[in-house]
Amino acid sequence: MNTQEPFAPWENPAEIPLIQFKNVTKKFGDFTAIDGLNLDIYAREFFALLGPSGCGKTTLMRLLAGFETPTSGQITLGGTDLAPIPPNKRAVNMMFQSYALFPHLSVADNIAFGLKRSGVGRDALQARVDEMLKLVQLGKFANRKPHQISGGQRQRVALARSLAKAPKLLLLDEPLGALDKKLRQETQFELMDIQESTGTTFVIVTHDQEEAMTVASRVAIMNHGKLEQIDTPDGIYETPNSAYVADFIGEVNLIQGRATAPHHLDWAEGEIPLNTPEQSPMDQGREYQLAIRPEKINVTAQPPEKADNLVQGQVLDIAYLGNLSTYHVKLKGGQIIKAQSANSRRLSRRRFTWEDQVYLSWAASAGVVLDK
Amino acid sequence: MRRAFLICIPYFWLIALFFIPFLIVVKIALSDSMLSIPPYAPKLDISAGWAGLKAFFAALDFENFTFLAEDDLYWKAYLSSVKIAAISTLLTLLVGFPIAYGMAQSAPEWRPTLMMLVILPFWTSFLIRVYAWIGILSNEGFLNQFLMWLGIISDPLIILNTNTAVYIGIVYTYLPFMILPIYASLEKLDSSLLEAGQDLGCSRVSAFWLITIPLSKAGIIAGCFLVFIPALGEFVIPSLLGGSKTLMIGKVLWEEFFSNRDWPVASAVAVILLLLLIIPIILFQRNEQKNREAEQ
Repeated sequence: MNTQEPFAPWENPAEIPLIQFKNVTKKFGDFTAIDGLNLDIYAREFFALLGPSGCGKTTLMRLLAGFETPTSGQITLGGTDLAPIPPNKRAVNMMFQSYALFPHLSVADNIAFGLKRSGVGRDALQARVDEMLKLVQLGKFANRKPHQISGGQRQRVALARSLAKAPKLLLLDEPLGALDKKLRQETQFELMDIQESTGTTFVIVTHDQEEAMTVASRVAIMNHGKLEQIDTPDGIYETPNSAYVADFIGEVNLIQGRATAPHHLDWAEGEIPLNTPEQSPMDQGREYQLAIRPEKINVTAQPPEKADNLVQGQVLDIAYLGNLSTYHVKLKGGQIIKAQSANSRRLSRRRFTWEDQVYLSWAASAGVVLDK
Repeated sequence: MRRAFLICIPYFWLIALFFIPFLIVVKIALSDSMLSIPPYAPKLDISAGWAGLKAFFAALDFENFTFLAEDDLYWKAYLSSVKIAAISTLLTLLVGFPIAYGMAQSAPEWRPTLMMLVILPFWTSFLIRVYAWIGILSNEGFLNQFLMWLGIISDPLIILNTNTAVYIGIVYTYLPFMILPIYASLEKLDSSLLEAGQDLGCSRVSAFWLITIPLSKAGIIAGCFLVFIPALGEFVIPSLLGGSKTLMIGKVLWEEFFSNRDWPVASAVAVILLLLLIIPIILFQRNEQKNREAEQ
């Protein structure tokens, strides 16, 4: 067997998912938090639920943990229906957003809490606690109370505590929300290492798209209790299936237009129709949106020799981000297009400045055709 | 300077209104009873100078304390007071904890109202409320009438003038002192801790014992001391609701002072009572101190 094969159980129809949501709906009074949702999550996956606040991602997680029960539909874990199993009997553990460490117990006792409940023997318990402390590098702090350690250390204790019982599924509710940016990025990689070394299935809830893209094997974008798209991070970014997803992840230019030919989009009066990708033919006469990421658009002072799509405009705004610069270019028709270029050389003088006339060009394959 | 002055105020208050009167009580406790005004000797005569002072101190002795130790009435009264106070505290805890728990679990918009209802009885005089219990508990009282009307009992229950009535009175009177500190600690409890407990394998019951109780311990201890300390020296409740068999040190003290006019023995009883109370107070303060350190 080829060991270099990428981890993608969702592409293998023979693979049985660890978790299955079958037409799950959850209502709170009149409010529908989860709306007829179907979802498969596979063993050893690092699955991210991403969405704006109030989209139902936390409810989805609480359904898995057992703190909420579905109004209708079924959730299965390893083939068994979860509905009759109370939270304390599920092979699922959760890392809480607030960490929810027990303030009256030491770090070691916090980690041992779950093991004690399942009646692990004294020696085995001590060994497991030591193993967990080593995993999160907190051996020196075993006897401290939660209020005597830093925020980052508390986050690790919470992680160690939720992993101690070796759950089939670990739920992480905004696990890094309370950390500052630098620490968050470091911890993201640690989380990935731990997930890989323990082989546990992780489901993470986050509103931070960068975090989701970094850690996850697959990302689900949620909106109004429904899943908009489930795909790998690059799939979500490069081939969004709706304007909502395209707009939610990263920056995007959305150009409205009408198809005049299978690969031609008429988008503004007096402009040449845009060339759209080969692989997605359009129905003539229908309205579409073309999504193009800013970094796929070249900004030049002179028209390039060969370009699938070329438009002219005036620089309206420049956002200098250090590694990148984003240009807001106003076209003749008034549309504003964002284009991004890497600052690979040190900028002694800006390439372009405000009100410069520039040419924007991109390949036909750079865009994504979306239904309007 | 201003700081020093501010710190002085409570100390001045304590010295003038507690420490000096207490020294006077100790002095009387060391004196002998006598038919005179005031009814004890020796009296301090400063005009006699150094010799007078010497004679005064020579006349003081521990005779009254020896008497208290020898007569079993007193230590029985102390013991019985401790027993009644301890049982009442436990009963108050059993009644107060569920109330505080219910308040902490209720919807936030209800909490101020519930808190108000707990404090509301304080707006009526304590004496009137205790007298009201006589009307409820007596043989022809509301409780017996109601139970007989229901047909549960045929003869009235004898509750008034027994220890049971004293327990009822103390529990009723001191309940808010138990509820408020427990409520304060339960309200701060983060509900996600209980969810975390369940997530890690606790049933609801074990989550209560392993998480709720340890985290409200400070409130429980504070509530218990706030009930136990005043209940130990309680005089009004046992004398109004208790019977001749209810032996409490507060009542003994009152009788020594007013019926027997034996000020020195009454003072000695008071001194011992105070020492008895100081032990739990010191324990209480230690506990508070520990909590404060733990929070830092």
